[in-house]
Amino acid sequence: MSLYRDEGVVLRTHKLGEADRIITILTKRTGKVRAVAKGVRKTKSRFGSRLEPFTHVDVQLHTGRSLDMVTQVETLRPYGEALVSDYPRYTAGIAMLETADRLTQTEKEPALRQFLLLVGGLRTLVDGSHEPRLVLDAFFLRSLAVAGYAPALAECARCGADAVRAFAIVAGGVVCGACRPAGAAVPAAETIALMIALLRGDWPAADSAEQRNRVECSGLVAAYLQWHLEHGIRSLRHVERTDSTQNAHVPHTWS
Amino acid sequence: MYEGVVQNLIDELGLLPGVGPKSAQRIAFHLLAADPAEVKRLAHALLEVKEKVRFCRVCGNVAAEQDCRICRDPRRDPQVICVVEESKDVIAIEKTREFRGRYHVLGGAISPIDGVGPDDLRIRELMTRLADGAVTELILATDPNLEGEATATYLARLVKPMGLRVTRLASGLPVGGDLEYADEVTLGRAFEGRRLLDV
Repeated sequence: MSLYRDEGVVLRTHKLGEADRIITILTKRTGKVRAVAKGVRKTKSRFGSRLEPFTHVDVQLHTGRSLDMVTQVETLRPYGEALVSDYPRYTAGIAMLETADRLTQTEKEPALRQFLLLVGGLRTLVDGSHEPRLVLDAFFLRSLAVAGYAPALAECARCGADAVRAFAIVAGGVVCGACRPAGAAVPAAETIALMIALLRGDWPAADSAEQRNRVECSGLVAAYLQWHLEHGIRSLRHVERTDSTQNAHVPHTWS
Repeated sequence: MYEGVVQNLIDELGLLPGVGPKSAQRIAFHLLAADPAEVKRLAHALLEVKEKVRFCRVCGNVAAEQDCRICRDPRRDPQVICVVEESKDVIAIEKTREFRGRYHVLGGAISPIDGVGPDDLRIRELMTRLADGAVTELILATDPNLEGEATATYLARLVKPMGLRVTRLASGLPVGGDLEYADEVTLGRAFEGRRLLDV
């Protein structure tokens, strides 16, 4: 497999030498790939704009010893163009990319569901049908589910009892009064309902949630995600929250 | 391995950006063969740059005094400020000889994934400069990549309520290139920013 072709989303880039970049792409078939793109920082580069984070690309790569080499790129959808003109959406998008990067730790290990989730999440973020932070939280919850860390939300994570009282990150979700460990958070019932709606993709329910429940949900989801990743998501503290969606009339496409 | 001092010089030179072990060795032997006065001049220049150069207290550009040459120049238009990421960008714009206003160097771009937020840049200093109302136009000349565009969006949103004219550098086709080789994003922006040909 010296030369191969795949489609993927550019997660991040690092500068290399004078004019090159190392590009991290989450591809559909190959999984996460790190590849060198030669000369992309020069203004005359044909690749430059296509290999910016958020861009959904059709890419041809050449297998190298440690890093692959990008030989051809075509843009399928430049999500970055739309996101960068709206700061709250941009920061939410960056947190999505960082999370996708962290959740796919092994390179070249196919992660199709994670890829589809990321493309769906970016598309929803761009179409502006929901508050960016809600889209981000839905992405976090579903990414965790894909990775096998879905939180228990309907019944106690320890004993399976129906009467749940608190949310304990270490226990793996909601817990009943008997199983509740010290220091577990006690969120409002509406917040847990919002988390369930986000995990299932029930957008009408999620969009009607009150601001205080959204804020509480974001806090719990972020803590739960970072505990399971055993790593902080650096871009998370820069994510801005908007109070309302700008284009509420646009039908949602992410289900 | 060479004698202690020679190897030491090679190692130190090898730490410089873009200088690999082979280049470091070549520079070291060039210095060994060079006239002692020439080497002294180089050593003096290195020490002097660390001792004397500081950041301009107004714009953040590198300066030999408290204020940089551009901020001290009374002929420069104080009503227009051009915001750039690095001092290197000031030099690039100065070479065009098109801009007669002043600069503001941010010291980077917003990059949440690297942990760089608005508070890590010289944005507060920029807002202080704009507060007195003397500035009428702010030109956002951050890099035309994702981080640069996001920084420009953030600044535009922050500054717009102050009522000044906020402009962004145009993106488009490089002079001397062929249209067919342009990528679709650049070509799209060139279309978006097309101008009336007044002949």
